[in-house]
Amino acid sequence: MATLTLSAVRKQFGSTQVLHGIDLDVADGEMIVVVGASGCGKSTLLRIVAGLETPSSGIVRIDGRDVTALEPADRDIAMVFQNYALYPHMSVFENMAYGLKIRGQAMPEIKRRVAEAAEMLEIGPLLDRKPRQLSGGQRQRVAMGRAVVREPKLFLFDEPLSNLDAKLRVQMRAEIRRLQKRLGVTSLFVTHDQVEAMTLGDRLVVMHAGRAAQVASPMEVWGRPADTYVAGFIGSPAMNFLQATLAGGGTAATLKAGPTIAFADGARPGADGTPLTIGIRPEHVTVSPDGLPLTVDLVEPLGSETVIHGRLPGNEVLVARLPIAASDIGAVLPLTLPASAFHVFDAAGVRMGG
Amino acid sequence: MLTAADDAALVRATARRQARSRYVAHAVLTLGVLVFAFPIWLTLVGSSHDANTIGRGDVPLWFGAQAITNYISAWTTGGSAVRTTGQVPAWLMLWNSLNMAVMIALGKIAISLLSAYAVVFFSFPGRMVAFWLIFITLMLPVEVRIIPTFEVMVNLGLINTMSGLVVPLIASATATLLFRQFFLTIPDEYVEAAKIDGAGPLRFFKDVVMPLSVTNIAALFVILFIYGWNQYLWPLLIVSDKDLETVVVGMSKMIGTSDSQNEWNIIMATAVLAMLPPVAVVVFMQRWFVKGLTETEK
Repeated sequence: MATLTLSAVRKQFGSTQVLHGIDLDVADGEMIVVVGASGCGKSTLLRIVAGLETPSSGIVRIDGRDVTALEPADRDIAMVFQNYALYPHMSVFENMAYGLKIRGQAMPEIKRRVAEAAEMLEIGPLLDRKPRQLSGGQRQRVAMGRAVVREPKLFLFDEPLSNLDAKLRVQMRAEIRRLQKRLGVTSLFVTHDQVEAMTLGDRLVVMHAGRAAQVASPMEVWGRPADTYVAGFIGSPAMNFLQATLAGGGTAATLKAGPTIAFADGARPGADGTPLTIGIRPEHVTVSPDGLPLTVDLVEPLGSETVIHGRLPGNEVLVARLPIAASDIGAVLPLTLPASAFHVFDAAGVRMGG
Repeated sequence: MLTAADDAALVRATARRQARSRYVAHAVLTLGVLVFAFPIWLTLVGSSHDANTIGRGDVPLWFGAQAITNYISAWTTGGSAVRTTGQVPAWLMLWNSLNMAVMIALGKIAISLLSAYAVVFFSFPGRMVAFWLIFITLMLPVEVRIIPTFEVMVNLGLINTMSGLVVPLIASATATLLFRQFFLTIPDEYVEAAKIDGAGPLRFFKDVVMPLSVTNIAALFVILFIYGWNQYLWPLLIVSDKDLETVVVGMSKMIGTSDSQNEWNIIMATAVLAMLPPVAVVVFMQRWFVKGLTETEK
């Protein structure tokens, strides 16, 4: 039960700036997912919270206590590693008990806690086995068990699902979420997988090049992305970006593809002719008889829906996710881009209004 | 088109070829065994005859009747011939050799484990300098530094002591390098997990690094024990006291240069006894580290 506060955390490796001042407030019991492409600094951020790296500047507080200069062991945290980092020569029980043993817990208490965690994670029958005798999913559970028995203030997850196959990943994802809700332990979860991020997090931190591009709830990130990077990163297939200019005194956009479309949610500041980027998600594009002609060049059937890649007039690339049967390559589909689904970004890629 | 008869011929040819390669392999193997085993056979046989039989120049190929007498004599008195250091019984020489070899092996393992641990897991100023200094000593064989080492031992008053015998042989660049290479394969996550678990450096060493290194330690112990057991030049220089005679040096001293007849039967019995501890170590430890190697998991 604790809060986590990061204030202006920066990290430099030599002359390379990896984190450019991260501020974050995590509420008690909240699950924060830090998501971003590889190299965005998300793992460094987690390691700074864990105490495995020291920030170049900035302060890390856990439950109000400044832990910036404390050793990992003194921060009352538990971490689940990507490759689980289970000690290979110790049994599952010993692995889970190790941290407690070092902290000088009495054996009956250790046994009780391990048994409790093992029960919760359904690994009771495995306690005498060595890690090499376990499957990937079981190792994952043991790694979680090792974190749970410590009853820490903070759980840190470093891409813990990356080494699992797709089916198991979905299952473990749900289990982690359930466990975290049940225990109510404040958690920081790092991943590069946007689906994991969307499904797991109370809030997301979308990292881009060492900065937190957006900190918000999953639906907020999806529905009102702060910039074109976040807009393109979250959602699959990725959001379409169309070139446009401001028109009608800020009330409409003239697409490079042709039409001028009035905004559904009010005017944007700026002179007519200001360059814009209009974002629209593939699933919001609809087919209608009087729409823009899309020349289809790739068709990906998904069963219930079809993802269609093509080009609009003006050679603008567009991907649409449509509830229709597969179309032919080379065919022309009339599509409507509803103004209510527009995301408007300025020339620098920052969201404008709405 | 191949007919059934052709197929049958091919099958026969394959069988012939396999049979031939089997015979060739066995012939080569047998030859190898003979070449290696023959001197040992001669030693075994020689240790079972009386001194005169071998002294006459006849080399018998089958056992004589004196085996038990010879071994008892070698074990308890070292034979009756007059030697430069007098008679040293084999049991004492074997005891000294065992002491020396075990201490060298354990000492080398202890020192190199710790120094490799320091070099791999800690970052401190001069770390790479320290590593390269250790590395460079690989290029200097014992013989090159034997005079200065001897002088140091004289100044420390360690001549004719077990410490003098063992300590200079303990520092080992090879073992340090081997452990370093092994430690580098231990994933960083174990270190980090241990940090979060609250294990300090020594705790991590004891609880994680040592157990993971067991197979390497066993393998190195075998190699280093035999290295220590076979030491000749250094014990020859540093020890003149017959109470500290090691078996490898002692045996060579049993072969006199004077006119007196060598007691070849006793020498050979001692040689057989001297072979047993290394064989025992190899047989015993090998089972252990092969088991470890096949079950390896990191």
